[in-house]
Amino acid sequence: MVQSVDSVALLPAYLAAGTAVLVLLVDLLLARPAATVAAAAGGAVATAVGAAAVGAGGERRTFCVGADCSYVFGGRAALVAGLVALLVVGVLALSGPLLKAGQTPVGEFCFLLACSMTGGVVLGAAGDLITLIVAVETLTLPLYVLVGLRRGSLASAEAAVTFFVVSVVATTLTLLGAALLYAVTGGLHLERLGMLLADDALLDLPLTSVAVALVVAGLAFKVAAVPFHAWAPATYDGAPLPVAAYLSTASKLGGVVALLAVVQHALPPGVTGPVLALLAALTMTVGNLVALRQRRTVRLLAWSSVAQAGYILAPLGALALADPDARAVAYAAALAYAVFFVLLELAAFAGVVALRPAGADGGTLDELRGAARRHPWVGAALAFALVGLAGLPPALAGLFAKVTVVRSLLGGGAGWLALVVAVNAVLGLAYYLRVAALLYAPAGDATAPAVRPARAVAAALAVATVVALVVGFAPQVVLDLAGS
Amino acid sequence: MTFGEFLLVAVLALPVLGALAVAATPRDRAARVVGTVAAALTLVAAVALVAGRGMGWVAYGATPPAVRPWHAVDLPWVPGLDLRFHLGVDGISWPLVVLTALLTLLCCGYSLWRVPAGGSGRALVALLLVVEVGILGTFLALDLVLFFLFFEVILLPMYAIIVGWGGDGADPAAVDARRRAGRKFALYTLFGSVLLLVGVYVVVAAAGTADIVALTGGAGLSRGTQLAAFTLLAVAFAVKSPLWPLHSWLPDAHTQAPTVGSVLLAGVLLKMGTYGLVRVAVGVAPEGARWAAPVLGVLAVAAILVGSLICLAQTELKRLIAYSSVGHMGFVLLGVATLTATGIQAALIGNVAHGIITGLLFFLAGAIKDRTHTGVLSELSGLRETAPRLSGLLAFAAVASLGLPGLAGFWGEAFAVVAAVEVGGALWLTLAVLAALGGALTAAYLLRLLRRVTHGRPTPAVAGLRPGLAGAELVAWVPLVLLALAVGLAPTLVLGVAEAPVEALVGVLR
Repeated sequence: MVQSVDSVALLPAYLAAGTAVLVLLVDLLLARPAATVAAAAGGAVATAVGAAAVGAGGERRTFCVGADCSYVFGGRAALVAGLVALLVVGVLALSGPLLKAGQTPVGEFCFLLACSMTGGVVLGAAGDLITLIVAVETLTLPLYVLVGLRRGSLASAEAAVTFFVVSVVATTLTLLGAALLYAVTGGLHLERLGMLLADDALLDLPLTSVAVALVVAGLAFKVAAVPFHAWAPATYDGAPLPVAAYLSTASKLGGVVALLAVVQHALPPGVTGPVLALLAALTMTVGNLVALRQRRTVRLLAWSSVAQAGYILAPLGALALADPDARAVAYAAALAYAVFFVLLELAAFAGVVALRPAGADGGTLDELRGAARRHPWVGAALAFALVGLAGLPPALAGLFAKVTVVRSLLGGGAGWLALVVAVNAVLGLAYYLRVAALLYAPAGDATAPAVRPARAVAAALAVATVVALVVGFAPQVVLDLAGS
Repeated sequence: MTFGEFLLVAVLALPVLGALAVAATPRDRAARVVGTVAAALTLVAAVALVAGRGMGWVAYGATPPAVRPWHAVDLPWVPGLDLRFHLGVDGISWPLVVLTALLTLLCCGYSLWRVPAGGSGRALVALLLVVEVGILGTFLALDLVLFFLFFEVILLPMYAIIVGWGGDGADPAAVDARRRAGRKFALYTLFGSVLLLVGVYVVVAAAGTADIVALTGGAGLSRGTQLAAFTLLAVAFAVKSPLWPLHSWLPDAHTQAPTVGSVLLAGVLLKMGTYGLVRVAVGVAPEGARWAAPVLGVLAVAAILVGSLICLAQTELKRLIAYSSVGHMGFVLLGVATLTATGIQAALIGNVAHGIITGLLFFLAGAIKDRTHTGVLSELSGLRETAPRLSGLLAFAAVASLGLPGLAGFWGEAFAVVAAVEVGGALWLTLAVLAALGGALTAAYLLRLLRRVTHGRPTPAVAGLRPGLAGAELVAWVPLVLLALAVGLAPTLVLGVAEAPVEALVGVLR
């Protein structure tokens, strides 16, 4: 059998993979750090443009067996691919000071980041479980090394090992679940699985329940949902700051997209809905409660991003209802929240990187005291991002994100979960406000030296903030993209 | 775009532009002048809104909706979230809009003269204008989601005003106290507004629209939806108003906030709660309102009594005034809870009167604290001897606050009681009697305040005072004194415009 391959649909994946190869060659042949970083950034921008161009042309399917396709590049895939590529550009900008400090090998850093981007680009288009799992692994595998790249740091090595072990276990679980699903249904394509599992006789098999549970649990590890979250704070705190930023934005987005794909197309909503609702409620509550007690900046952001994962999952928990319209709204809401979130999270990390000395870790919260008085613009941008994460005006992007989630929950008849989200928003404000107020507090006696933020970091922060502002006034753009 | 639509947009756009202009003006003093000018222009636009009213009456057909705005602007914003930029003004919101614009102008003008320690005057004025945008937007919004949006806008600027410019002194204990007060305010208020968010979308999900004009009167919502929506919305507004037992953020916030912050907080911020109750909670879920009215009435009377009793035991000036707000807002809520035209009119005029009088009281308390550096009642006696004008004004404001006939405070409290009697039945009669008793207690604690502060021998803190008042102080206070008199003598200033919309609202409640 000869398969026709639609290379246009694969263009973004080619571009991403090509970026990785290009970075490797540039590093080998030119051996100039600036050129390597430029190649990576250029490639990532090209990938984003390619994804947008291909996505604009309508849905394209390839690697098909009959009606089932393993690679479906539509509007949502384009959004995910473009976003991941742009996040890579942002993270590269944040890495400027780290790479200049000389502790980190530039070529390897950029190559691994580009590899991870390839996984993210393919992920959105994955049409079967194996493609999906391979894409998620391609996204995560380079991160094991990236997390451990801070040479001579014990915390970094520990973080890498924790992350590696947990992630491998999670992947194994997902794979086992996929295998069991195959055993039960004989299918691996998401849409075919969805059709097969609509059959009640299959659903009643205990094996099906186990398989579904394993797939969901494995992917819940990737988004660091409670009770599969324990790796995240240690890993984020040990990793270099830009890598932590990547982990909490692109990598988390990847996990969400994978979960979304599986839940939307393959698994029966009647089974996953209640489980995900519970998972979401637990995740946001535990994340927020623990974040209240954090004293280290990155750990606070890590726990808060655990809580945010709960908000993202919440709409998926409203699936218990049978109405396909409300379900479509819920999926779009989850994705829209994720988009708003990665934007604000990137801005928050950019702010922290900008306020910290080159190559330093996140430090304690007290080291940020009075930072906004020393750097009014950077401090204001960081405060803006934090307020946005808390979901309050003037950062309308964050407010609309919360509104989107609550609306989808109430439209989907999950009022109790909407109340949980609401109460958690109050919990969240308690610590975001503490950090934001700390930025404006009088500096006290411990005056940190005023470091000039690197130009690339400041640019990334500015771009993220401006985009967040614009999206805050025109949230319909994101809602349309997420709903397509 | 008609002139009325232009005015509506201008009322919101002027403070926004003013805040931006203030932020962009580098020199502190010049920036404060710019801010004050913006606030003044906003007031002009707000007052001008009354021109051309009545045109809305002819525009509708045989079964007119219960909300008939004089002017309205309706533009799409975020269709995906059912959010439209829908503004409108009618007789219920207009007095509050004018009051907000006036108090903000007075606060900005006051900040020209004195900036509390803690931060730059420029930033303070900019924040005041942002708060004004939020309050005005809340009063003008005719879209539930937009209403929620503006409701939330106030939160962080007000927090910043309390923490940045509030309290007394820079010693760690004082800094800690105002930070705690600010955080308490922010968390409590956010708790209220997230419930509002859930309540709003309960309504929107059931009705498919967020248009307050279309929704007022129930719009075919099922009983269950109405009960759920009213519960959520009422709790949300009860936090803001604040209704006992959800009031505990208020004394701390008022005590710690700087003078201008307290004036805005007590003067208009609390009104967002009672206004929301009338316009949104009662209007959108009338069946829920009828169901919950007895509970609301009991809580309102409890607030009156508890607030008055606490006031009798207070030893600190600003804290006493803050707690008196709990009692006064209790009268307003009692008026709303009766769900009669008399009661809602009483609530509206009570709102305005409380804004005027408590605004004045907080200005005076701030002036006394600035001069004597203490707010403890026992350290303040004999103010009459050394500062007769200040003490005279304080006596005027206190007497107005206790509801002396002829001054603004009278109408709201008296007619809330009358409305409760009119409803009849054992419960409401009991509530009316208890509320009247609360009114007597109000007189008791305010007279006690006067006796402690103005009479007696001057304490060391008071003995050194000079009798004069600064020009800026007079400029800030005189409009409030005059308004307290005017509204007291001619309540039709407020009731005249509010009568028709209140009748229309009560019409759909039955």
